[in-house]
Amino acid sequence: MAWITGVGMTAFGKHTGSTTISLMSEAATAALADAGLERRDIDGLVCGYSTTMPHLMLSTLFAEHFGLQPRYAHGMQVGGATGLAMAMLASLVTDGGAARNILVVAGENRLTGQSRDMTMQTLAQAGQHQYEVPLGPTIPAYYGLVASRYMHETGLDATDFAHLAVLMRRNAAGHPGAQLRDPITVEDVLASKPIAPPLKLMDCCPISDGAAAFVVSADRPASNGLRIRGCSQAHTHQHVTGAKDLTAFGAKASSARALEAAGVGIADIGYAGIYDSFTITLAILLEEIGLSQRGASGRDVAAGRYGANGDLPLNTHGGLLSYGHCGVGGALAHLVEMHRQLTRRAGDRQIRSEPALALMHGDGGIMSSHVSIVVERMS
Amino acid sequence: MDVQADWTDGAEALTYQCCDVCGEKWYFRRDFCPNCGSTRVVTRASACIGTVYAATVVVRAPSPEWRERAPYGLCLVDLDEGVRVMTHSEPGIDIGTRVRIGFLRTDQGVLPIAASTS
Repeated sequence: MAWITGVGMTAFGKHTGSTTISLMSEAATAALADAGLERRDIDGLVCGYSTTMPHLMLSTLFAEHFGLQPRYAHGMQVGGATGLAMAMLASLVTDGGAARNILVVAGENRLTGQSRDMTMQTLAQAGQHQYEVPLGPTIPAYYGLVASRYMHETGLDATDFAHLAVLMRRNAAGHPGAQLRDPITVEDVLASKPIAPPLKLMDCCPISDGAAAFVVSADRPASNGLRIRGCSQAHTHQHVTGAKDLTAFGAKASSARALEAAGVGIADIGYAGIYDSFTITLAILLEEIGLSQRGASGRDVAAGRYGANGDLPLNTHGGLLSYGHCGVGGALAHLVEMHRQLTRRAGDRQIRSEPALALMHGDGGIMSSHVSIVVERMS
Repeated sequence: MDVQADWTDGAEALTYQCCDVCGEKWYFRRDFCPNCGSTRVVTRASACIGTVYAATVVVRAPSPEWRERAPYGLCLVDLDEGVRVMTHSEPGIDIGTRVRIGFLRTDQGVLPIAASTS
C-alpha cells in the first residue's frame, strides 16, 4: 500500500508574472520539504496538463526544469478528475515497484496567463466538436443543463445550492491562501447574476492561478503518513448529450468500488474532499456517493452536517468554489487539505474530530469521469 | 452507409443513425454501431419533433461573436425517434415542453432551434 508522505500548495488567486512551471515548482518544493525528501530521492513524476502551456511532454519538461531524472514519468488528462487520477496512478506505480518516491504535481496560471474568454472557449471544448461546440455552449451551460434535470427529478432548489456555496466560503475564510474569503449569505448567492440558469455567479468556481503537489511513497514515513487504502474510477460518457441519464452518474460505482477495495463502509468516513466546480457538482456527488440522501444535500449542509465541526467535515479549505480552481491543481488542493486535517496540522482550521478515514472524489468533463480514493491515517 | 447532410454540413436537417443488426440508435455520426460493432449503419432524417429533457440559457457567452446573440437558450431534446440532441431554444421552453426543431441561418452556420409546438 502506498503512502502520501508530504504535501504542498500555493495560495490560489492572481499571481501576476507566474507561469505553469513556476507555480508547479513552488508547490513541488513545498511538498518535498514536507516529506523530508531531496530531489535525488524522487524517482517518479506524475504531472497533469495546463491549458496555458499545452505541451506534449509536460512531465519530462518539468523534470528537467525542476532538476529531476526520474525512472518513471507520466502526464495525464482526464479533465477535473485528473488530480485524483494522478494520485491513483502514483499508488499503482509504487505498488507495482516501478518507483519508490513519486512527486505528483500540477499547476497553472489559468487566471493571468490567458483571457477569461480564452479559458471559457478552451474548457467548452470538452463538448462534442461537431454537434455541441458549434452551438456556443460553455462549461457552466453544460452543468446548467445537468442542474435543470437534476432539480426537476429530485426537488433540489436554488436555496439548496446556495447553502453549499455559503459553506465553501465560510471554510475559505479560515484559509489565508483562499482566493475568495469575503463572507456570503444564501441571499447573496440567490441574488448573484445569472451565468447559465439555474446556475448563478456564486454557484460557479472562480478561475485561478495556483499549484498543488504531494509525494506518494512505497515506504511508511516516520510521521504524518497517510495510507492510500482503496481507489477506483468510472467513465460513463464524455458529452452531456451522450449521457444516458442526468440523474445517475459514475460517482456511485466509483466510490462504492473504492470503499470495497478499502474494506470499509460509507459510515466509516470521517472527512470528505469532494470536487465542487459548481454547486450542482457538489450536490450531485454528495448524493450519488451516498453521503446525503437523494435531494437532501442542501438541507444537510444547512443543518451543519458538513461543517468543520459537523459529522463529516467537507473541503475545509473552501473547495474549488472559494479556495479557487487552477485546473488540475484545483482538485489536488482537496487532497492537500485532507492530509493536513488528518495529520492534525491544519492550524486554526483544525477540525475537532480525529477521523481515521477520508473519502476523496473527483469529477471530469460533464460528470463524465470519476475517481474515488479512500485514505487512512495510521496511528 | 447511407449518408445524408445535416445542419453540421449546412443543411436544414437533423439526422440520427440506427444499427440494422441490434437496433441501437444514436446521434453523433460514426460508421459503426457503438453497441454491437456492426458496420450496417443507416442514417435517417428526424421529423424534428420531441420533448425537452433539460434546459438552460447561455447568459455569459464564450466569445464576442456569441455575445452579440446572448442570452440564448440551449436545451437537450429527446426526439420522438428515441435519440437525444442538443439545440438552441426559443424563450419559454422548459423541461417537458413539446417542441419542433427548426433551423436558423447565422454567421456561425446553421443552428437547430427548438420552439414549443403549442
